[in-house]
Amino acid sequence: MTTNTQRAGQRLLITGGRVVDPASAHDAPGDVAIADGRVVAIGARPADFAPDRTLDARGLVVLPGLVDLAARLREPGHEHERMLESEMAAAVAGGVTSVICPPDTEPVLDEPGLVQMLKYRASGLHLARLYPLGALTRGLAGDTLTEMAELTEAGCVGFSQADVALKDTLVLHRALQYAATFGCTVWLRPSDAYLGGGVAAKGALATRMGLSGVPVLAETIALATIFELVRDTGARVHLCRLSSAAGIEMVRRARAEGLPVTSDVSVNHLHLTDIDIGYFNASMRLTPPLRQQRDRDAIRAALADGTVDALVSDHTPVDKDAKNLPFAEAEPGATGLELLLSLTLHWAAAAGLPWIQALAAVTSAPARILSHGPGGDGGVVPGAGTLAVGGPADLCVFDPETRWTVNAAALRSQGKHTPFSGYELPGRVRYTLVGGSVAFDAGAA
Amino acid sequence: MLARNNPQLNRHEELIHLLSIEGLPQPVLHHILDTAGTFLSVNEREVKKVPLLRGKSVFNLFFENSTRTRTTFEIAAKRLSADVINLDIARSSTAKGESLLDTIANLSAMHADMFVVRHGESGAPYLIAQHCAPHVHVVNAGDGRHAHPTQGLLDMYTIRHYKRDFRNLVVAVVGDIVHSRVARSDIHALTTLGVPEIRAVGPKTLVPSDLKEMGVRVCHDMSEGIRGADVIIMLRLQNERMSGAMLPSAGEFFKTYGLTAEKLALAKPDAIVMHPGPINRGVEIDSAVADGTQSVILPQVTFGIAVRMAVMSIIAGNTP
Repeated sequence: MTTNTQRAGQRLLITGGRVVDPASAHDAPGDVAIADGRVVAIGARPADFAPDRTLDARGLVVLPGLVDLAARLREPGHEHERMLESEMAAAVAGGVTSVICPPDTEPVLDEPGLVQMLKYRASGLHLARLYPLGALTRGLAGDTLTEMAELTEAGCVGFSQADVALKDTLVLHRALQYAATFGCTVWLRPSDAYLGGGVAAKGALATRMGLSGVPVLAETIALATIFELVRDTGARVHLCRLSSAAGIEMVRRARAEGLPVTSDVSVNHLHLTDIDIGYFNASMRLTPPLRQQRDRDAIRAALADGTVDALVSDHTPVDKDAKNLPFAEAEPGATGLELLLSLTLHWAAAAGLPWIQALAAVTSAPARILSHGPGGDGGVVPGAGTLAVGGPADLCVFDPETRWTVNAAALRSQGKHTPFSGYELPGRVRYTLVGGSVAFDAGAA
Repeated sequence: MLARNNPQLNRHEELIHLLSIEGLPQPVLHHILDTAGTFLSVNEREVKKVPLLRGKSVFNLFFENSTRTRTTFEIAAKRLSADVINLDIARSSTAKGESLLDTIANLSAMHADMFVVRHGESGAPYLIAQHCAPHVHVVNAGDGRHAHPTQGLLDMYTIRHYKRDFRNLVVAVVGDIVHSRVARSDIHALTTLGVPEIRAVGPKTLVPSDLKEMGVRVCHDMSEGIRGADVIIMLRLQNERMSGAMLPSAGEFFKTYGLTAEKLALAKPDAIVMHPGPINRGVEIDSAVADGTQSVILPQVTFGIAVRMAVMSIIAGNTP
């Protein structure tokens, strides 16, 4: 890898690419000149610019690096498997330059020291930028609030219960009040603690297969509670992994009302339904469970019209022993960092959306969600998710014409389970730049 | 992505595993029932053995306790001259932390020819069928809430024995349907065999409206559910569900959905009463009905051995 030897002062020129910036609706051929880790020119290169290295991007698209709002890196907890290294390598191989990780690690990210250590270890890799979410409650146990001010200072960009539903509405109310005090965003996956306990979406398939079902009510009741608490506290809430048409309709109404809520959906739920479970395929064991076609259609429509802001990989590496179990016992989750870009392009093609609109869901839109927060920049490098002069040179350079077949064994991630195994998908990442350094080079890999 | 082909059939649509009745073609079901008929006479002979599985090893893998089902499989395998090994895994390897697939790999190394599997989780036999050696056949002896296909088949054998033709019957399945693998297998078998009216009867907590999508009529009123029925299949109410959030008490369940002589009078005069056993007298069925002239509960057990012999001999004769 070349990144460790590259100095921040290096001058890089990317020539002849199609430069696409969803944030500014810029889409034109041109060069991108980079110096001191920043973009210094877009279009024609400055006459006096003498690059140390030139990347030929003819036939390629130059895009801001992807911002993934949900990727589990399993650290702390899996240091002995060098999981942080493999998953951060997977991120840049997928064109992802900013990774937000949930706090459901072992131990849980509820102490400033743990967050500092994780950020320090990640920065030493010179791969993607890592932004942890802190736990909303100690140990995610739902009883005691965490030190949100301290954790924000340590580098947390928001506070989350991950997939552990908060049963006690009084604690949730106070957590939102406290977070609002410091301008912190609370990230919640809407799921009622009691109704949300099944392993497949309630419906014909779960009934037929004898799998315990999660009703849509699990999502809508949680959303109703969250919206009432947001009205009362004014806290900013980011809703994670919406799964149902009814839930999305509630979010649409909340947005129209002006509530400070944003939301995301996962690539899995954008493309799949419960029918894909087939004969108990544990790769389809996901949280929340895959729902029916009308739900998937609603997710696609809401992401296209902006009701839902962001598309996430929900990257969750699960080892073989935890997946090779009967469906209900298998650990939920799928690898996704290396598929995010291709699955976004796949959706754009299927939905007939212009790229620039689809790619906003993995670049500028998630970056905007992060920018709400303490200090006016949410603790995130300003300009992430956009491609603009003066902004950070976090870039994804990809070949839109190449199609590839997903072979889980060949992925860099240690998670080898994906529902998309065997899919032929468009788009391959050629180079990923983070802070002006080449963090991934498909030709060198 | 579409589901892969049915893993229990080979490319000639022959049965190589029995995992579920769902998706099996009608001729396959009739072939099993016809074959079972020929084995019934074996069970009445003085020497109750045929050599069809001589030299084969059948492993009964019971990850969940069951005396009755395991015994009937054991008798069926022995009457086919197989060597039978009973493994009560609920109390052995998995308790020591061995994974399901490690257990299967170890038993495959002992040259098993057939696994008869009972497991508490829906779908476990599919996982085993995917990971065992290609020559090994898997019979599902009950997985979670998903399927109990040999029970479904023996129920079909019983119905065919007493009613001859499936195509003009009204069949009522009564009780805890949502948690019942027997009900699911019965419903798939009855629809495949052309039964025009299948009713699922019970309270809304145990008979959810989603069941309509399996091709049944949902009835929450017992009288409406059994009126004019030719066949009544009563399901066992599991002890742990007799009181809680599903039902308040066994007594109230008996009062509202228990089968008594009075309620049975609403069915056709020649209706038969079935139950997969073991029965809870005074909970889902009154003793007078369980022991009455319309009850075929004991013949079901007899037919069960012949049906299991038929299943084992058929799948052992087909190659993947």
